[in-house]
Amino acid sequence: MFLLPGLILILLFFLAPVIITAVMGFTNMDYRFQWNFIGLGNFFRMADDFLIPKILINTLVYTFGTLAIFNVTFGLILALLTTSISERVGLFFRALWLLPRFTPPVVYAAIWLWILSPTRNGLLNGLRVAMGLRPIAWISQFPWGVIIITNGIIGASMGMLIFTSAIKAIPRDYLWAARVDGASWFQEVRHIVLPLIRWPLMFITAYQTLSLLTSYEYILLITQGGPFHASEVWSLYAYNKAFSAYAGTYEFGYAAALATVLVLIGTVASIAYWKIFRFREMMAQPRIEVS
Amino acid sequence: MATHRFTPGSLERERRKQKLLRFSMYVFLILASLPIVVGYLWLFVGAFTGNLVYGFVPQELTVANWSFLWESPSPAWPNIWRTFANTFFLAAGVTVIMVVVSTSAAYVVSRMYFPGRSMILASTLILHAFPAITLLIALYYILRTLGLLDSLWGVILVRAGLMVPFGIWVMKGFFDDIPWDIEMSALIDGATRFQTFWKVMLPLVKPGIAAIAVFAFMAGWAEYIFLVTFVRDPNSWTLSSYINAIIGNYRFTNYGLLAAVSLFYMFPVLLFFLLTQKLLMKVTVGGIKGGR
Repeated sequence: MFLLPGLILILLFFLAPVIITAVMGFTNMDYRFQWNFIGLGNFFRMADDFLIPKILINTLVYTFGTLAIFNVTFGLILALLTTSISERVGLFFRALWLLPRFTPPVVYAAIWLWILSPTRNGLLNGLRVAMGLRPIAWISQFPWGVIIITNGIIGASMGMLIFTSAIKAIPRDYLWAARVDGASWFQEVRHIVLPLIRWPLMFITAYQTLSLLTSYEYILLITQGGPFHASEVWSLYAYNKAFSAYAGTYEFGYAAALATVLVLIGTVASIAYWKIFRFREMMAQPRIEVS
Repeated sequence: MATHRFTPGSLERERRKQKLLRFSMYVFLILASLPIVVGYLWLFVGAFTGNLVYGFVPQELTVANWSFLWESPSPAWPNIWRTFANTFFLAAGVTVIMVVVSTSAAYVVSRMYFPGRSMILASTLILHAFPAITLLIALYYILRTLGLLDSLWGVILVRAGLMVPFGIWVMKGFFDDIPWDIEMSALIDGATRFQTFWKVMLPLVKPGIAAIAVFAFMAGWAEYIFLVTFVRDPNSWTLSSYINAIIGNYRFTNYGLLAAVSLFYMFPVLLFFLLTQKLLMKVTVGGIKGGR
């Protein structure tokens, strides 16, 4: 049977983890891996956890900050600009912005650790020292800015690609007609392009919200959630509770409960987007093909 | 009242405005892309020079940073070539499993009707809503139960498993595009179902296989989070674990070594990327890469 290996892989490494995470959230499992059910204990603990409000604010700032500045806005700007200039140069810039997405996370982090180094061997502080200024501990000074920019540069490429193909799918006649009528580039964008790529814009907003809610690889590598939890987001907090090398506690039960809540937050966000953006209409409406 | 007549002057002015707009677009793009360009440039400059004055002015050319190729910078770390082989093994393993499994499953899903077909399709989409990252804890438990912790096989299976739904969707699209008639004629000529798949269908979906193979290889090659979480044994390290250790040990100190090993790690990625960037863009849009 052709289907079997695929089914086994999906069952074992996708479906089973979903169920196990949900169940594990009701235990106080630690490094001994025993299933001691403690009811809603983990969730009460979460309500009392003094770090949770801070983590929640970090998560919101990180998710919506990155989304608004980079994944949607900057992705859109890149798509608009690279489709307005010569095709070859546009392609070059799009490839350049796609590169970080395919760079191994450790290498991408290494680059930023050099740029943001608190010593005078880093790029930014090197520039400051050259200008006669004192070095700054960039990561501890601007933890939010750091995680938003470093994640945003990767995040922007997805929107850029989707918007680019949507813009390219707009019939040229519309743009020519506007140009004959004397529309400027900005008017063209405002009155023709933006309304026509409405659905891709909404899709990216919704999709990338979920992506950002659950991504912490780069934060773990670049700021490690610090200083003092200043850049620790929900998913990273769950990860640290389970695997932190420093605490060494392996609180799998609590971490699983945190992960479950994160999935619930994601689900609520999806439903909200579904309602606000009226995605049902998108399904019905003949839309611009994204291909 | 200005009458709108195209005088040579107004045309000239219009053209100048256009030029200015174009020019400012380029300026903006170049400025915005500067951090990326500078960052990747540093990999090259930092890897082949000694101390950078002010962090970015190179002094002299040297290959001293590359000594990790013949002697380990730390006695606790494994041989770099073994690490390199592990990285390749991981990437190749993910690629082979992902391609074989999702191609065969996609063929069935695309061509045959059986109870639960739509459920399988729907579930692969719903599972997409559960990002790998939130499942990490449960995956740790499963691998531990299976005795696959500290082994590259564990990471290969997990990564491949998480990419299979994506692979099935992409490949299903390619199979759906092949007209039924082609398959029919093969079957009528007496080919078995398997022969049809192997000799008729597979050659037709080669572009799709290439696309998901490139994706799987890049993902496997770059794998980080599962690796550092599931694999501690230095004998199973990949280049990600290696650089992770450099960052951990020499955070903010040995930038030459960091740049050299990073470049060593990046080299195949850069090569692959230059060759396949157009394909990567297409599949990223069409399949929405898993995870982010």
